Amino acid sequence: MTVLVVIEHDRGALSPASLEALTAARTIDPVVHALTLGAAADSIAAELGEHGAVVVHQVHHDLLSDFGPEAWGETVAQAVRALQPSSVLACGTDRGNEVMAQAAARLDLPFVANVISVSEADVWGVTRVRWGGSLLESCTLTAATKLLTVSHHAFEASESSAAGTPSPLAVDLDPSLARTIVTDRVERAAGVTLATAPLVVGGGRAVGSADAFAPLEELAGLLGGVVGCSRAVTNNGWRNHTDQVGQTGTRIAPDLYIACGISGAIQHWVGAMASKKILAINTDPEANMVSKADYAVIGDLHKIVPAITAEVRRRRG
Amino acid sequence: MKVLVCVKRVPAPGAKINITADGLAVDTAYLAFTTSPHEECAVEEAVQLVERHGGESTVLTLGPAEADEQLRYAASIGVNKAVLLPIDSAEWDPQRTAAAITSAIQGIEATDGPFDLILFGNESADAGNFQVGVRVAHALARPIVNGIKGIDIDGDSLKARRESDSGVEVYSLSMPAVLGVKEGINLPRYPTLKGRLGSKKIEVGQLVPEAVLGGQQMVNLVQSAEPASATIMLGNGPEAAPAIVDLLEELGILK
Repeated sequence: MTVLVVIEHDRGALSPASLEALTAARTIDPVVHALTLGAAADSIAAELGEHGAVVVHQVHHDLLSDFGPEAWGETVAQAVRALQPSSVLACGTDRGNEVMAQAAARLDLPFVANVISVSEADVWGVTRVRWGGSLLESCTLTAATKLLTVSHHAFEASESSAAGTPSPLAVDLDPSLARTIVTDRVERAAGVTLATAPLVVGGGRAVGSADAFAPLEELAGLLGGVVGCSRAVTNNGWRNHTDQVGQTGTRIAPDLYIACGISGAIQHWVGAMASKKILAINTDPEANMVSKADYAVIGDLHKIVPAITAEVRRRRG
Repeated sequence: MKVLVCVKRVPAPGAKINITADGLAVDTAYLAFTTSPHEECAVEEAVQLVERHGGESTVLTLGPAEADEQLRYAASIGVNKAVLLPIDSAEWDPQRTAAAITSAIQGIEATDGPFDLILFGNESADAGNFQVGVRVAHALARPIVNGIKGIDIDGDSLKARRESDSGVEVYSLSMPAVLGVKEGINLPRYPTLKGRLGSKKIEVGQLVPEAVLGGQQMVNLVQSAEPASATIMLGNGPEAAPAIVDLLEELGILK
């Protein structure tokens, strides 16, 4: 019995989230195999071995030179038929969930997304996240092969030395699968993004207008951070949706999140909860964000944010 | 063009989601309901596509009788037709839901002709199973890409954009096609008074869904653990600025 981990990569660059799936896989079964799609991923076999993959099944095919959800899903389905693993895991990223859903549809098997723990028996008991992580669901999973993604950030990737022996795996992909392969890209300019910034200064409805974000921009700029916002702000058209922190926006994980005038509804909280520390600035001491934060200041963000900026400038001289 | 958009009725929670005493459902006694956010944008996109390219839009949901409210909301912002697949609970498991929606679409298309484009939300806000749209597309043998935040129609084909870690990916699909849409693709409009009044009059078609149980069945719901530590109060008003900047130094944000 083996557990097969589908490795996510972008044209050969390993997604660190996959190492979380490898770590989670070791808690299910000591024999962990990995699956990589496309020749560009061959070079990551050694790193997968360092994280517990005994064998790395490598699929080469012209249709796998760039990402395509249908070609990837069909490849995973064929790998499952060929290798007969007892379970298949990926990390619950956008791509991970998409590829596993494709594989599940093709295999006509259930697929449980964003799992945080499993208990094995003939019928598995599985705990998964709902509402972006604010509610847990226990469910049963009845299937010959169990297909799962593990909730992103639920497992901390750790090393465990294994052979990582490369093993070629042949698949037969229909040329029609080319219909959903990436045809063009617009690469983002290098720099900090909301998802990777070490500091995020977030503003909510209480900021009041698009222009009133200027002091938040100034503070974030001064400290090498970026500005984020709540869904109320994007729904009002004050900021672009790309700045939204939340369940339907960006999940952030900065060293510090300064949440200004944000009440902390579920929608926003699940996007912010991976922050290492949270400082809430709010007029309402009972606000959900204040009670969940590590630190809080009670008062008007319009007075407090400029005062922080002034104090930073004073100390820097 | 003919566009179908599939939506789900979900509770609109505030700061905390309470669950019922038996642990089997979200306690909705004090909650309003809404269209799951990604799907709210999918509805807006369907309306905009028809405004731009002509044709008609249809909204479909599998849900309790009360989901009529979400269908009429879609109609109030401009969707032309509505179909309800009524069930006795808040939701079905994802395989069963997908099978029921697939056969409903096949039934509608058999009489009215094919949809050029079917839109789903990327995932529902509550269950978040990330698979119903993919299963439906596969059963209909149509291409699907998820996470879409931009759609450009060009004749019988379309370009769909989605964000990735490194930028934007573009997919080129021939229609008929299926897309999983994400919030941010547009800013949904609010219904006008005329739209609201009109939506009360539209006829909501009903199709009785039939599909077998899938392999994933919910047992119960459990609250996630709240953060354990108490909040440290740094002060009140702008006078707290020195304490805040002390914190920035302590955390290494201000070097």
